[in-house]
Amino acid sequence: MSDSAPADEWPLFEVFVRGKRGLNHVHVGSLHAPDEEMALHSARNLYTRRNEGVSIWVVRASAITASSPDEKDPFFAPSGDKVYRHPTFYPIPDDVPHI
Amino acid sequence: MAMEPAAVRDRPTGQELTADFDARIAAHQRIEPRDWMPEGYRSTLVRQIAQHAHSEIIGMQPEGDWLTRAPSLRRKAILLAKVQDEAGHGLYLYAAAETLGVDRADLTQRLIEGRQKYSSIFNYPTLTFADVGVIGWLVDGAAICNQVPLCRSSFGPYARAMVRVCKEESFHQRQGYELLLQMMAGTPAQRTMVQDAVDRWWWPSLMMFGPPDADSPNTRQSMAWGIKRDTNDELRQKFVDMSVPQAVALGVTLPDPDLAWNAERGHHDFGAVDWAEFKRVVSGGGQCNAERVSRRRAAHEEGAWVREAAAAYAAKHQGTGQGDDR
Repeated sequence: MSDSAPADEWPLFEVFVRGKRGLNHVHVGSLHAPDEEMALHSARNLYTRRNEGVSIWVVRASAITASSPDEKDPFFAPSGDKVYRHPTFYPIPDDVPHI
Repeated sequence: MAMEPAAVRDRPTGQELTADFDARIAAHQRIEPRDWMPEGYRSTLVRQIAQHAHSEIIGMQPEGDWLTRAPSLRRKAILLAKVQDEAGHGLYLYAAAETLGVDRADLTQRLIEGRQKYSSIFNYPTLTFADVGVIGWLVDGAAICNQVPLCRSSFGPYARAMVRVCKEESFHQRQGYELLLQMMAGTPAQRTMVQDAVDRWWWPSLMMFGPPDADSPNTRQSMAWGIKRDTNDELRQKFVDMSVPQAVALGVTLPDPDLAWNAERGHHDFGAVDWAEFKRVVSGGGQCNAERVSRRRAAHEEGAWVREAAAAYAAKHQGTGQGDDR
């Protein structure tokens, strides 16, 4: 709710942690910090006290643009009616190997 | 996250929104922050999560009192890690509360003005180092009983915070029990100290589950919403059943003459909790209520200059960093 916070308050950051090499960064929570550098330090102290991560991203919550849950139907509709994008759409005889 | 509302389009009606919400709860799906939710659901969650967060933060104090008096470097390091975890738990929970549109600075203000409560357990004093062990064993044990079902809470951010908290609580309980085992293997004076701590903390630990179901008017609605998963009495019974064999293994007596196994019920029977004491402590009449809140207030006010300095530094270096939203 950083947008409504008074100017003397620290902005809200969202925190993403890569658990180990080979995995995506995953959203783990949020925190308030005066700037990016402090946000990164606080995120380390708050979200990785037990080796939970090898990499952290912090991003100002106000910089994220998200779809709205209200519009979920129209917004995701384009993928809903395209069953031919899935491999199971195509019947293949059982005796055809390796496909 | 605060986002612009979607451009005005065909808005669902209130009835459709309620039906959608109810269907999601019925299907045991999670509610996420930007979903529509009934006002009662939101305010119940804010109250519960804030109270939980405050408890974690205030909960640093009783044990924090022993940081400078820990009997060994090992115990001191463990206790420091534990108290730091409590701070972390408070922050996870404030973050979860903020997704509901409240502000954490405002919640802190409500705590130090006495407008929001925290768990009554932290209004009891920690008289000896055995209290540190008993808090880990019984108080954190009771907290685990309460919190494990909350990992399935219907509100996504709360459930996810609880998963993280529960993972860490297990360390808290085990370090406490191990500390007590060690003291029980010590001198007669140490064993007496452990028994004394158990005598003082047992009943307040049972009170942590809240009033009996008959006097808990919000329980039914909270359970219907999936905010709570078990009733207060169910959780209290579970905790008693778990603790009895642990007390036996430790070699201490739980201070309840009515405590006995009931084969018919498959549970332990136990004596009546002193609910008058609970009400007195919750409403400010405990031994340490005033001290806990005034210390929290002092920490908040004495730390103000640090928050201001960090904000001033960030403002001064605006533009030299990567991002800026002012």
